[in-house]
Amino acid sequence: MVEPRAEPRLRLFTFAAPMRFHALAGAALPWLWALAAILGVASLYIGFFVAPTDATQGDSYRIIFIHVPAAWMSMLLYLVMAFWAAIGWAFNARMGSMMARAIAPTGAMFTFLALWTGALWGKPTWGTWWVWDARLTSELILFFLYIAYIALVNAIDDVKRADAAGALLAVVGAVNVPVIYFSVRWWNTLHQGATISLTAAPKMAQTMLTAMLLATLACWAYAFAVIFVRARAIVLERERHRHWVTEAAS
Amino acid sequence: MNWASASEFFAMGGYGLYVWGSYGLMAIVLAVEIALTLRRHRQAQAAVAALNLHNLLNPQTERQPGSSPP
Repeated sequence: MVEPRAEPRLRLFTFAAPMRFHALAGAALPWLWALAAILGVASLYIGFFVAPTDATQGDSYRIIFIHVPAAWMSMLLYLVMAFWAAIGWAFNARMGSMMARAIAPTGAMFTFLALWTGALWGKPTWGTWWVWDARLTSELILFFLYIAYIALVNAIDDVKRADAAGALLAVVGAVNVPVIYFSVRWWNTLHQGATISLTAAPKMAQTMLTAMLLATLACWAYAFAVIFVRARAIVLERERHRHWVTEAAS
Repeated sequence: MNWASASEFFAMGGYGLYVWGSYGLMAIVLAVEIALTLRRHRQAQAAVAALNLHNLLNPQTERQPGSSPP
């Protein structure tokens, strides 16, 4: 006979990182949801009731309060996803791989929103829903990269192999992000240049800028919240499985 | 205040279809993502609870790593 309760402490220690994440994220979640709601309502109020009608684009420009934050999030989340996938792959850090998987659907969602709102903005201002120009095409490729990552990690049954394959795809695909960002400078496109930059004065009214930045912060808080919920679910799914397999197999 | 009436607000200066088409889809997509993600977390919690209950009711099948095989 072995002592029956010898190694639960060891098991707890082994799972410390994901379990600690699970607890910390759980404590942060109510604050993140509240922050997302408050910032979202504030940005909608300023965006619709304080910011004036645009002199050239009329009220169609109000799509910017979704379009630009969604497009920023689509690029940022891809880089964060590729970073965590690479950490998980290189250092065999389980939480990194789980984080990457948790980010992908939210990134795909923001990419889809950027494309959709872009089409609905393009129609009244350019006269077309879609053109195959550099900015639009590279953003569409970003959407396909997210879908490919999700499909790939779900198609491979062996979790470690799936994470490694997904990490390779995510890291290679990351070259697309600077292409999107600089596409309006590198090529002649129908899409306008950067809305705001760190080196030049903003090309928009102060209230419009305030609404857009509040919307961006709301998107950040929302992304943290929903990704943390998904990551906690993945932790439970995976660690339970591993725990169960370890005990049953030995 | 930009709008004299509610109908003016919903018309969005003639761009209502585009503006509300954007905000409407965003609302739908966020609601769906939140619902699916919360459901996934609930299901994961339920699976853990079921496994813990199983191990509690069948302590002899909960084997320890390193113990001799039965």
